[in-house]
Amino acid sequence: MTPQEIFDNLQAEFGDGIIDFTEKVDTWIRVSLEAIASVCHYLRNEPGHDFESLMCLSGVDYEDHLTVVYHLGSYAKKHKIALKVEVGRDEPKVPTVEAVWRVANWHEREAYDMFGIVFEGHSDLRRILCPDDWEGWPLRKDYKVQEYYRGIKVEV
Amino acid sequence: MGAIEGRFSDNVIITSLDYFINWARLSALWPMTFGLACCAIEMMATGASRYDWDRFGMIPRATPRQSDLMIVAGTVTLKMSSRVKKLYDQMAEPRYVIAMGCCATSGGPYWQHGYHVLKGVDRVIPVDVYVPGCPPRPESLLAGVMKLQEKIRHQTIAKVL
Repeated sequence: MTPQEIFDNLQAEFGDGIIDFTEKVDTWIRVSLEAIASVCHYLRNEPGHDFESLMCLSGVDYEDHLTVVYHLGSYAKKHKIALKVEVGRDEPKVPTVEAVWRVANWHEREAYDMFGIVFEGHSDLRRILCPDDWEGWPLRKDYKVQEYYRGIKVEV
Repeated sequence: MGAIEGRFSDNVIITSLDYFINWARLSALWPMTFGLACCAIEMMATGASRYDWDRFGMIPRATPRQSDLMIVAGTVTLKMSSRVKKLYDQMAEPRYVIAMGCCATSGGPYWQHGYHVLKGVDRVIPVDVYVPGCPPRPESLLAGVMKLQEKIRHQTIAKVL
């Protein structure tokens, strides 16, 4: 299935929940925050789409907002698509897709760890790379590293 | 000819206690099995047949309680640093530390922008020998070990004022 066909199907199913479509190397579809969980569920389960693989879930900081990117793939249909959902910088909250792909558990924990994006409904939302008592969100553009960590000087 | 020469049979060895203790310590530096990053690969190569640090009496131990030497082989993250400190504290004295590679000596490539990397393991534990390189070749690590042996050879149990 081509990205255009996937986009048309989604638009027919979700209407305003699907914002736009950008054809690039990794073609992506922008999805509204409200629709993202049901869009993922649809792409995973609807015959003909069969996106059984969440290849990557990552966060991006565009300074005026944060974005969560979902790279989906299908081994059965051999097609790929990316979804993007935008969320505000203050108290970013995105519904979890853990129920759709189990692997989202760790990916969402990573996005939480690096960007502070809270995935609502996640079963175990803890930091995954940084220590539990780390301060701040390291991959945000305005990140300032803490001066001391447990009494150890961090900076040069 | 001194007063004690020729007075003992063949199997009696006379030496100073310092020399004897240092000889024992430097001839059996048991390192802790402890690799943190790519330097650990070079450390394993140093232990394998081609370079064979068994020649120096070095047998890797799986516990800090039996180890004399900690080779900090790789990037020490801040998350790991408290564990490194704890492992060092668990080693029995006398204990020695080799900081292997640029990461362990100074933070290496993470010097400026690595928010998560400890800028040199000497911020948490005392280091005896620094081995530069990214990663150092086995020859470099062996040179570091020999440097440490040289350091041990000149130790004394006397109180140094």
